[in-house]
Amino acid sequence: MSTGAPEGWHRLHPLSPVVRGGRLTYGIFILLFLVALGGDKLSNAVPQLAVTIVLVLGGLVSWLVTRWRIEDDDLRIETGLLRRQSLRFPLGQVQAIDVVRPGLGRVFRVAELRLRMAGASGGTARLAYVAEHEVEPLRDQLLALARGARHHETAQQPAAELERPVAEEHLLTTVRTGQLAVSIVLENWWLVLILVGIVAGFAVSPHTAARALRGVGFVWAISMATFIWRRFNQQYRLTVAEGPDGLHLRGGLVALTAEVIRPGRVQAVRLVEPFLWRPLGWCRVEVDVAGRQHRKGEGEAQRGQLRTLVPVASRPLAVELIDRLVPDRPRELLPPPRRVFWKSPLRYRTLSWGRTETWVVTTSGRLRRVVSWVPLEKVQSLRHVQGPLQRRLRLASVHVDTAGRGVHATLRDRDAAEAGRALAELTDLARAARRRPALS
Amino acid sequence: MPVVLAAVGFAVAGAVSGSTVAYGLAAAALVLGAISWPIVGRRFGSWGYAEREDDLLVRRGVMFARLSVVPYGRMQFIDVTAGPLERSFGLATVRLHTAAAATDARIPGLEREEAARLRDSLAELGEAQAAGL
Repeated sequence: MSTGAPEGWHRLHPLSPVVRGGRLTYGIFILLFLVALGGDKLSNAVPQLAVTIVLVLGGLVSWLVTRWRIEDDDLRIETGLLRRQSLRFPLGQVQAIDVVRPGLGRVFRVAELRLRMAGASGGTARLAYVAEHEVEPLRDQLLALARGARHHETAQQPAAELERPVAEEHLLTTVRTGQLAVSIVLENWWLVLILVGIVAGFAVSPHTAARALRGVGFVWAISMATFIWRRFNQQYRLTVAEGPDGLHLRGGLVALTAEVIRPGRVQAVRLVEPFLWRPLGWCRVEVDVAGRQHRKGEGEAQRGQLRTLVPVASRPLAVELIDRLVPDRPRELLPPPRRVFWKSPLRYRTLSWGRTETWVVTTSGRLRRVVSWVPLEKVQSLRHVQGPLQRRLRLASVHVDTAGRGVHATLRDRDAAEAGRALAELTDLARAARRRPALS
Repeated sequence: MPVVLAAVGFAVAGAVSGSTVAYGLAAAALVLGAISWPIVGRRFGSWGYAEREDDLLVRRGVMFARLSVVPYGRMQFIDVTAGPLERSFGLATVRLHTAAAATDARIPGLEREEAARLRDSLAELGEAQAAGL
């Protein structure tokens, strides 16, 4: 928060454009390095230097014209030189505030604050970048304001809660690196197999392999390798802790992220057991949080809508976490009728569903097993679908639609009469759940 | 409708070029249209909607029978569209959107006044029962 700006306007950290440049910055450094190596004739390096200067100037201007401040219950960001943009983000709609530190950001000790907003028209407010030592206080301040704004709007809880100290948290789990590596390999075993095959091919007979792989194959292999790397990078030493305002996630290898998942914002919880993990008794816990799909350019890692809470954990640990997220968990699961075997032989063993007054759970999956919990309070709509084959077998499915994109909770292939009953029942329960005042 | 257009198109092409193939295709399109007529009729018959106290029911499909339940409180916005063809018949399509991308509640082929009435009444009910995310 540099000074010199009038009435509470703040600028971002001066090094922001450098960090934001990412790969481009690395490129410029390499370029300059090469120029420096190239010897004393500066005239030879004019185009390179010109490009560098233009880029640096561009970055400087973008930093100069960007400023932000907190106005009552809003965060306002102004940016743009030619096309001036003034963005207003109501803090009452903040779903979560993440802290992201990319590799370069760590070098320069700056971090990005990402405010995830609610609603389809929402999006993400980004403060990129803020000096590292200011990030935590600013985040706490924004979160406190967000809580305040929300209470102000709904006037349900006393404002005294705001003065409650943010912080004290209780560590739940940290992902072990070895386990994470093994789990990624096991989940993407076919990918790894292909990669190993390619490498082996090169080792045995580089010529044939090169010919076979020229172009597409090579690009594909690279993209797969980056996919695996990204996952590892993102989930490295991911730590889950329980704080007063929800679950705190922290982790990352090169780029560090920190985020808070508030229980009231969870649209769905999912437990995934990839096929090869099952003998080891491992599973992954994911949550779906409201907020729009991140747009392109917001970082590949953030694009997936589901947030991985724990990339890999033993079953008891996962169950413990799920107990926290899904307090009133349906215990009793109803298996599908026998005849479903003829329609979905692979799924038959995993299909089931259950419900309580507040949650509905469905299980599915062919090779891997997926269990999805959806709070009835968050159900957007219900759909009853019957295909031709299902009609023949007197079956039907009920889809539970949620605001997230990742979770498809479906009561698949139930007896037609049961599906009809379930639709009516869930409609009523969801209505009751909506009417109930929020617990938190 | 595309079948009819295709038949007319092929017939015109046949008349212009004098090719028997085009006439044959036109005839095939007509036969196809005749066969599909009852199917279209059944599909038309499968569309339906009901306004209940707290939610809207939308039904459709013959092969894949779907029934959607959309609570009024969950509706984010309603749009009424009328394509050129619909407009020429004085019809419109009402579509409901919730925060869930999967929600698919569409009521096509409404008379324009009915579409407007439905839109207004849904908007009012949605306002009255609005629930957050």
